[in-house]
Amino acid sequence: MIVATCGSDEFTLDPNLGGETTRFDATRNSFSLPAPDLTTAERRAFEVGDSFFTQNWVTAPASTEARDGLGPTFNAQACSSCHVLDGRGAPPLPSHEEAHPGLLIRLSIPGADAVTGGPLPDPHYGGQLQDRSILGVPAEGTLRVSYEIVAGTYGDGTTYELRMPTFEIADLAFGPLADDIRTSPRLAPQVIGMGLLEAIPADKIMAAADPDDSDGDGISGRANIVWDARLGVPALGRFGWKANVATVEQQAAGAFHGDIGITSSLHPAENCPVGQTACAEAINGGSPEIAENRLGMVTIYMRTLAVPALRGAETEEVRTGAQLFEEFGCASCHTVTHVTGQTDIAALSEQTIHPYTDLLLHDMGEGLADGREDFAASGQEWRTPPLWGIGLIDEINGERFLLHDGRARTLEEAILWHGGEAEASKEEFRLADAEQRAALIAFLEAL
Amino acid sequence: MPKFNSQVFVRVVSVVAALMLLAAGCGNDDDSSSVEVSRQDAVATYAAGVHSAYASSLYSAEAMDAAIDAFLASPSEETLEAARQAWLVARVDYGPTEVFRFYGGPIDDEETGTEGLINAWPLDEAYIDYVEGNPDAGIVNDPSGHPEITADLIVALNEVGGEANVSTGWHAIEFLLWGQDLDEDGPGDRPASDYTTASNADRRAQYLRVASDQLIAHLQELVDAWAPGRNNYRASYEALDADEALRLAFTGIGEMSRGELAGERMTVAYEARSQEDEHSCFSDNTTVDIVGNAFGVEMVLLGSYPGGVSGPGLLDVIASEDAALAHQLRSEVSTSVNAARLIPAPFDQHLRDGVSDSDPGRAQVLRTIEALETQTDTIVAAAEKLGITINVS
Repeated sequence: MIVATCGSDEFTLDPNLGGETTRFDATRNSFSLPAPDLTTAERRAFEVGDSFFTQNWVTAPASTEARDGLGPTFNAQACSSCHVLDGRGAPPLPSHEEAHPGLLIRLSIPGADAVTGGPLPDPHYGGQLQDRSILGVPAEGTLRVSYEIVAGTYGDGTTYELRMPTFEIADLAFGPLADDIRTSPRLAPQVIGMGLLEAIPADKIMAAADPDDSDGDGISGRANIVWDARLGVPALGRFGWKANVATVEQQAAGAFHGDIGITSSLHPAENCPVGQTACAEAINGGSPEIAENRLGMVTIYMRTLAVPALRGAETEEVRTGAQLFEEFGCASCHTVTHVTGQTDIAALSEQTIHPYTDLLLHDMGEGLADGREDFAASGQEWRTPPLWGIGLIDEINGERFLLHDGRARTLEEAILWHGGEAEASKEEFRLADAEQRAALIAFLEAL
Repeated sequence: MPKFNSQVFVRVVSVVAALMLLAAGCGNDDDSSSVEVSRQDAVATYAAGVHSAYASSLYSAEAMDAAIDAFLASPSEETLEAARQAWLVARVDYGPTEVFRFYGGPIDDEETGTEGLINAWPLDEAYIDYVEGNPDAGIVNDPSGHPEITADLIVALNEVGGEANVSTGWHAIEFLLWGQDLDEDGPGDRPASDYTTASNADRRAQYLRVASDQLIAHLQELVDAWAPGRNNYRASYEALDADEALRLAFTGIGEMSRGELAGERMTVAYEARSQEDEHSCFSDNTTVDIVGNAFGVEMVLLGSYPGGVSGPGLLDVIASEDAALAHQLRSEVSTSVNAARLIPAPFDQHLRDGVSDSDPGRAQVLRTIEALETQTDTIVAAAEKLGITINVS
């Protein structure tokens, strides 16, 4: 508590994480509320988008023709299957052999696409394993996970256990994967505040990058440069675990295509790699399966899902934890504050927000590495994820699985997995006394 | 129909009485204290009303189940039509109960909720039976993959991969009774021969039988969860702090008004203009669903429920604090329910491409949406007046 007494009077902790769009709610529905002050047209778009995000897609042909075209292969029937209540997914259970939406596995072979610079797909399975399918079409395979316990000790002698996952792809329907296959598990994150992140001016994000660590603080921070499929040009990546997507619209369209099997203007062809005959012959739900205006409304929905307020900003423990967050160097990458620029949704413009991310890539060490390149991201780099809402995930989703593959079951475990550029900050936490560790966790729980 | 312990309703103070006082110009301070109701009384009315409304729904669903039995025992166009009529009647009673969703109660508890089995939408019809363009589609036509159609099978298939596959519940039964709605001007027209001479008729009959049984079982669970005098959800609900219990009830009516009814069920269909993007698309019964949902909000506010339960409603509690606000909300809810009743059936006519926004039916849909949006703001403000904060989408 010594830390708390020095300077806590002038230390400010703003509960309005999403600026004026912040919603004061900490219930199960707290990730599902629209930003206040939307126009009537924006609100109605939010509602339509909510419907196409939340309701299941069904097999074509169906009477509900706006909602048919599921698959033929897929991971989930709706966005909300994994982003339950707009929240976070869960990895498969070790004992669970059947498909379980919430985590998917990306596939690629070495090299990069000559035009886009993106990863190259497996020739028979594409860029992602789809572990489910409509009737009459085989699923590509199944995903299983097992864990090895890794023991560790805090500076004060307290022990802890981490889970190191191993993912296994089984029941492959179309022969083996490529010999030099690269895989990357990706957990579904909460989808709040994405329009605010999109509205941070790109030059501000790029200005914080320090690819050669010229300031010598041990932290590089690299921008991922990805392919903007809408404009057909390279662009700053902001979304996804490796910042491999430029815009909310492309994140949504990519997930519709890869995860649910829904074609759109951005992904007009069904996802049926060569040799998947039944997939290619299945009846589709129209071309494209999600109409352009509906994709637009889903995008508005995702852009305007509000960020819940920080709770307990006035309590001593939370304030102490927030100061330790800076002292330990967490805020070097989990940048506290940004200001959004002008955007077509007025409510999102010029907002002072606290997402706790720099949206840049950092080497996180071998323990977390997936060994799979994704545009400019190396096999050891991950994007700093935003931390807003992180304290509410267990309230909303019943559990809280953290990091890109959900290996961390608690906030402590997530911190303890940090390595590479974050090693020094992780060590600050590991060696801190129990009271300080509890304060840092209390702060994260308040987000 | 179950009987209710009327003791908790000895002190019946209806909002009608309160409004009459206002209308008579007697709204002075003395009178306002005379209509003050305890929040606990309103909680008790709500709990009894939820039970009564679910019991009413179960009652008419059982009549539907019997009509389906009669149809399957002796399939003909006449018995099929009788089963359809019984489904339509039962939907009238289910609609108002949807206002009991949105706060993690028995219907949509994260772990045990049965909403996804009872009323999920849209239906994956090609997962169940043949559709236009795919005569071999569905579990019904897959005897080798699914040799026996049982309750366990359809519930298990409904949750493949941990999420609803929408192959059970009201709309599965609706699809099996009507078939796809391929007629621009009317509902689906599945022939009774689908249950006699058509291929896999016996399997189709078995699916319908099992789906109907499952619906009854799930409705019974809801009735039980809200039954008085048991160690159940009702007991824990009534043990809540009254303001917390009211917060849940307010959340239900608030979320139903805008997010669910105005938004999900009406705006989406209105904006998307997909003709069958409506909840009861096989039977063309969507306008009845809409009226039922709108009425559900009114029922909770008035404290007057199907099955005869009546007592202090949320409106009485609001009136205790702010009679004018209660009066305004009463008027707005009347407006929305009446607007919903005036939407011409079938609903899908208003969703066609080329129907002008000034077309009377389409304009009435928008009027209803706007009325529901207006009342939502008042519901949120009224709860706030009671010191209860609700966040609705």
